[in-house]
Amino acid sequence: MKFKITRDALVPIASVLVALAIGAILIAAQGHSPMQAYHVLIVKGFQSTSGLQATLSKAGILIISGLAITFGLRAGLFNIGAQGQVLSGALAFTYIGYRLHGIPMWIHIPIALIFGAACGALVGGFAGFLKATRGVHEVISTIMLNSIMAAIVDYLTQNQFRLQGQPNTRTPDILHSARLPHIFGYPTGFIIAVLLAVVINWVFKRTTIGFELDTVGRNRSASWYAGISVKKSIVLGMLVSGAIAGFTGGMFSSETTGYFVPAFYSGIGFDGITIALLGRANPIALIPGAIFIGGMRSAQSAIQFEAGVSPDIINLLLALVLFFATAPFLAKLIKSNAKTLTTTSGWGS
Amino acid sequence: MLKRINIKPWQLILGVVLLGVWIYCYIANTDITNSVVASGMRFGMPLALAAMVGIMCERSGVINIGIEGTMLLSGFTGFYVASWSKNIVAGLMIAILTGILTSFVHAMMTIQWKMDQIIAGTIINILASGLTSFLYKQGSTIPNSWPIFDIPILGQIPFIGHAFFTQQGPIQYLGLILIPAIWVMMYKTRWGLRTRAVGENPGSADTAGVSVIKVRMINVMFGGAIGGFVGGFICLELVGSFSKEFTAGSGFTALALMIFGRWNPMGAFAAAILFGLAQALSTQLQIFGVTNIPNQFITMLPYVFTIVVLAVSAGKVRPPAAAGKSYEKEQA
Repeated sequence: MKFKITRDALVPIASVLVALAIGAILIAAQGHSPMQAYHVLIVKGFQSTSGLQATLSKAGILIISGLAITFGLRAGLFNIGAQGQVLSGALAFTYIGYRLHGIPMWIHIPIALIFGAACGALVGGFAGFLKATRGVHEVISTIMLNSIMAAIVDYLTQNQFRLQGQPNTRTPDILHSARLPHIFGYPTGFIIAVLLAVVINWVFKRTTIGFELDTVGRNRSASWYAGISVKKSIVLGMLVSGAIAGFTGGMFSSETTGYFVPAFYSGIGFDGITIALLGRANPIALIPGAIFIGGMRSAQSAIQFEAGVSPDIINLLLALVLFFATAPFLAKLIKSNAKTLTTTSGWGS
Repeated sequence: MLKRINIKPWQLILGVVLLGVWIYCYIANTDITNSVVASGMRFGMPLALAAMVGIMCERSGVINIGIEGTMLLSGFTGFYVASWSKNIVAGLMIAILTGILTSFVHAMMTIQWKMDQIIAGTIINILASGLTSFLYKQGSTIPNSWPIFDIPILGQIPFIGHAFFTQQGPIQYLGLILIPAIWVMMYKTRWGLRTRAVGENPGSADTAGVSVIKVRMINVMFGGAIGGFVGGFICLELVGSFSKEFTAGSGFTALALMIFGRWNPMGAFAAAILFGLAQALSTQLQIFGVTNIPNQFITMLPYVFTIVVLAVSAGKVRPPAAAGKSYEKEQA
């Protein structure tokens, strides 16, 4: 899967421009100034130092979330329900984060992150297990698991994990030893995310496991003939995809939120889908998209306060970008010959 | 006999057991039983109709996971047009039109541009959710909901009449006609035969002179019309308002019911009603305080049930052979 910089990179850029143009029309139709809205977006997202720090912090989270989806896509699995795995990983991280006292940071953070990833892997792996053994398509099972995890997490936050004597429902604060440090104000999470992208790229390019997963993703029956265990690959693909999603939730809790409230995490898993599809399931190529979306997300509240536009405009813009970048008509216009992305075909197991 | 009408023994046993339970409850407490069955119908009907969208598309070989988005968009336009024009019929018409347009985009992506069908459906969903949440305005109301009425003679049939033919709106009754009609169309007409041929073996259908592209385009858009109808149904009749993300995964549940019903309209209908009854029953138990389950676990129930339904059935059923594959005409 080679990513040609020249023409193929033009497609996402053109999609962003077209999406911004359509967004401008809709903002104007609501009686606001599109120029002002986009000005806020650029200043808050990318120009000021504090904006850039917030953007990179958000981008780090989104890169990992995108990697979770990408890992599945490469194995031919569409983990559309990363959101539920993010939630379970986040709550698990938070629990370890406030419960384990008196251990140094360099032990506390890894333990909590691993525990978060394990809980995400449990949820994702369950969907993989259902697909491998019972033929349940992961698109349906993970969407259902999203809602199930949202309910479980909500229940736990209101009961067992609740910080008592507080008017709003939330968990206790994560201890300082489990908070990821910033370097000169810049988030460490972003560096971790880029490193993870490089590692995953290496896994698919240079390791047997990665090659097997990739082969299963491209052609299931051919890999079966070649002696690759398709069922094992499906479970493994979902397991790792879920683990990365759980890791995302943990890192977000550690770096940004500091305690757990379910609403903090909304949209992270879904943005991961957009990012993975924009990067055409390439671990490295998704990074620019993640930075772009991170900027939009971190400017989201400012766009409401300073330009009066509903913050949902960001959801709309991202949806339009995704639509134009994946539907092939813009690509045809630019004469890019990037192949359209395929996941699994059909309901078959 | 069982083989002829294509019913498995376990399905027959399940049906008999359910009927027995129903009769027992009916004798024990008629009013409550009737209201539970009726609310089961109200829960089940939108899902059954949404499953028809899936059947329409997949029988012709196009997987549609954008049902969710289609319902969301058409519920949105239907509701706001009804609110603006003070006319719910206009609202329903617009909802159906929106459904057709949305599925036209889906059809273009999957059939003409041969995109991955799962990704195309996901894009429809994300697009619908983005558009509706941005354009959403609070405080709109529709002039009046559809009237709720009893069907004169059918409603007086003892036992089943009250449960099925009373206290429902017109769209609900229309669904009772529409679903058998789709079954007849699918199995007894030329169009149905062509649809199934295109969904099973597009190459042969093409050789026999059926235009694969045309059949698929028509079916997907017809499915979209039903999807729009369901969206309008929920926003204009069942709930009477539009709220963000009101579909809440029901499009995916509908797909699971479609699989459970083996891509057969009547099968999916039965599955949806069963699903609706289970939901109505759990709500009723909660009201009675019979069960002391936390609220979150009650909301979780339909989703758990969907996974269980799929885990039981998905491996055993066979989807239309060409579902999910875009058709390339062979070059001579």
